[in-house]
Amino acid sequence: MTKGKLDWQMDEHQNGKAPLSLQNVHVSYATRRGKVQAVRNVTLDLHAGESLALIGESGSGKTTLGLAIVRLLPETAQISPGVILYRRDGREVDILKLDRNEMREFRWRDCAMVFQAALNAFNPVLKIWAQAWDTAKAHGWHDKEAVRRRLVELLEFVQLDPKRVIDAYPHELSGGMRQRVLLALSLLLNPQVLILDEPTTALDIITQRTIIKLLRKLKEDQGFTMIFISHDLAIAAELADRVATMYAGRIVELGASEDIFYRPRHPYTLGLIRAVPTVTGGFEQLFSIPGSPPDLIDLPSGCKFHPRCAFATDRCKLEEPELEEVGPGHTAACWHWRAVEEELQRNPLHRGVLSVLQAISFNAEEEAVS
Amino acid sequence: MAPILEVRNLTKKFGKGKETVTAVDSVSFAIEPGETVCLVGESGCGKSTTGRMVAGLLEPTSGEVLFEGKNIKELDSAGFRRYRQSVQIIHQDPYASLNPTQTVRQILTAPLLRHNKVKNRAGAEARALELLEVVDLTPARDMIDKYPHQLSGGQRQRVAVARALTVEPKFIVADEAVSMVDVSIRVSILTMLARLKEQFHVTFLFITHDLALAKYFAWTGRITVMYLGRIVEDGPTQRLITDPRHPYTQALLSAVPEADPELAHRKRQIELREAEIPSLLNLPSGCTFHPRCPYFVPGECDQRVPPLEPLDVGGRVACPVRKHEHVPLLV
Ligand SMILES: Nc1ncnc2c1ncn2[C@@H]1O[C@H](COP(=O)(O)OP(=O)(O)OP(=O)(O)O)[C@@H](O)[C@H]1O
Ligand SMILES: Nc1ncnc2c1ncn2[C@@H]1O[C@H](COP(=O)(O)OP(=O)(O)OP(=O)(O)O)[C@@H](O)[C@H]1O
Ligand code: SF4
Ligand SMILES: [Mg+2]
Ligand SMILES: [Mg+2]
Repeated sequence: MTKGKLDWQMDEHQNGKAPLSLQNVHVSYATRRGKVQAVRNVTLDLHAGESLALIGESGSGKTTLGLAIVRLLPETAQISPGVILYRRDGREVDILKLDRNEMREFRWRDCAMVFQAALNAFNPVLKIWAQAWDTAKAHGWHDKEAVRRRLVELLEFVQLDPKRVIDAYPHELSGGMRQRVLLALSLLLNPQVLILDEPTTALDIITQRTIIKLLRKLKEDQGFTMIFISHDLAIAAELADRVATMYAGRIVELGASEDIFYRPRHPYTLGLIRAVPTVTGGFEQLFSIPGSPPDLIDLPSGCKFHPRCAFATDRCKLEEPELEEVGPGHTAACWHWRAVEEELQRNPLHRGVLSVLQAISFNAEEEAVS
Repeated sequence: MAPILEVRNLTKKFGKGKETVTAVDSVSFAIEPGETVCLVGESGCGKSTTGRMVAGLLEPTSGEVLFEGKNIKELDSAGFRRYRQSVQIIHQDPYASLNPTQTVRQILTAPLLRHNKVKNRAGAEARALELLEVVDLTPARDMIDKYPHQLSGGQRQRVAVARALTVEPKFIVADEAVSMVDVSIRVSILTMLARLKEQFHVTFLFITHDLALAKYFAWTGRITVMYLGRIVEDGPTQRLITDPRHPYTQALLSAVPEADPELAHRKRQIELREAEIPSLLNLPSGCTFHPRCPYFVPGECDQRVPPLEPLDVGGRVACPVRKHEHVPLLV
């Protein structure tokens, strides 16, 4: 049913330059209580064809960062300072300098964002076909037949029956179907980069698997460059080549997926991994991270993680660490990443296929804390 | 040991005429004192409806709930009140379950006084402080004057647990109790709940759609899998997750995203014949999984509802076709 290749005009030769470069990006929201520092000092290169996962707790700034890239932030938000460069076909633009029309083009043709709340991402009174045609028209397509053919092709690609979906209203579709329609619509104008915010959150397990398979296909067969935003570590493990951990608006660790999951060097990343069980692995000893995320209006001094961190020293209270290299292609922002490394030598993560299938006392957490 | 709770052919229908749905269909199970049982399955399969009937909050259309060996329909009003206190339910959304105009003190002391669990206000206050310690909301003296909106999601859930404990329950139905809590603090709430098992001999029915949580919380207990209102498989947790026998359990376990790259890439991929779940309004005949099942046998699976039969490896399964087949989940 699905064709092997759609006619993507991928450009994999960017003269070695990343399609997307974020430099020192800050985003804040003005509120009555004060300035919410939702994203701070994010510097990041997204390579052609790679998939990057942004993980972190609720409120860590993941969605804000995604919205900043496609400039869909509310008016109370401000991106400053910061530079976001986008490159395609040998040209380079500063996204923050584009005007409204240019931005609209950019959003569909270059970098499309697929949102978390799949129902209100639609116009509820328009059938799926009408939504697609409106978008295509707005971007200078006139040939209805061609747009329809393309939509049918895309719906087949996301494993939906076009006949059933194309003349349906959004509310007539299940959550998983809507998520796939959104994905198809976001591909309509051949973007180079896709940003997916919580692509599987709130979907049933089997539907999640369908979406994951599709996203893998986009990545592996079509070479898309993708950013996955999720609070769910599993999405990162399933889909990402590289993973960035965000805490209090900053990227605190960045590395290859295997490095992040098996050799984390930031205490927060380690904390997240030790907090989530697997299903088909053995029994992992789990621990939670004490305390709760900081108030982004009134951030702690020094390392923003220090009030919750088991490795913190006086230095952490005073000075904020920058990302530094902790291994090849692996960076972490922690004064004591070597102590984390030693801790992992003492208490390895019981993960992977080989982890032991044996019961460990449920009180492990309390023993470890004391 | 005699079960603390047993349900027999428990059935719940909602709606009228053509719109009738059978949310829970002839569900039977028994839970022994001190056991931890997890009820898992996808959205709409009837987990909460089952939990609410177990807690006496919803009347079954047919079938029985037995608590400590007694059919709850046959209890007198004092007996029924005692049962309602003995079985407490903790919901997913602590926002919705706590009165926003009451402080933690009021939330906890009111039921203590109402059910005569303490002699007077001072006793209630002291007991409330104790309960806050039990659920790790410390320093308790600082917490007791807070309103729900001044607490984080995890803290509110702890208050909900403390409130359930005011009436000294023997059995707690935890319905997605940590689903809305951030991953980083889930484990500490689970550990706290697990401690209640030891400290107060509470038996748990833990409802979740998250199989990884079920595995963790019920590691030495049991998991029961529901699909479209029926139990399709149950058994000791470690058997069920390593050697699932029902094709739906296998599909579910193979589909769960894993927070581990190696597992994620070594998971067996099971292709279902149909991706979409059928509507409760239009249930398939026979085994309701048959339109999606890769092992479907025409003329058999679509003809009769497979009975839930005991397995030699522990537990029960409702699939005569595959009940003897081991399918490794990792390749
Ligand atoms: N419009 C807004 N006005 C003020 N503050 C906001 C606004 N949108 C988000 N925030 C705040 O900015 C911070 C980052 O929010 P963001 O939505 O980016 O986090 P997230 O990591 O995507 O979290 P989640 O996992 O909950 O989706 C939060 O503290 C949030 O409360
Ligand atoms: N009060 C009600 N009136 C009508 N239908 C109901 C009612 N309560 C539940 N249902 C229906 O019964 C079925 C089972 O619902 P239930 O809430 O038990 O599922 P669940 O397994 O807990 O799902 P979830 O994981 O989404 O919480 C659903 O189809 C639901 O729509
Ligand atoms: S810098 Fe200090 S407080 Fe921050 S994560 Fe590292 S050890 Fe913890
Ligand atoms: Mg978000
Ligand atoms: Mg429910």
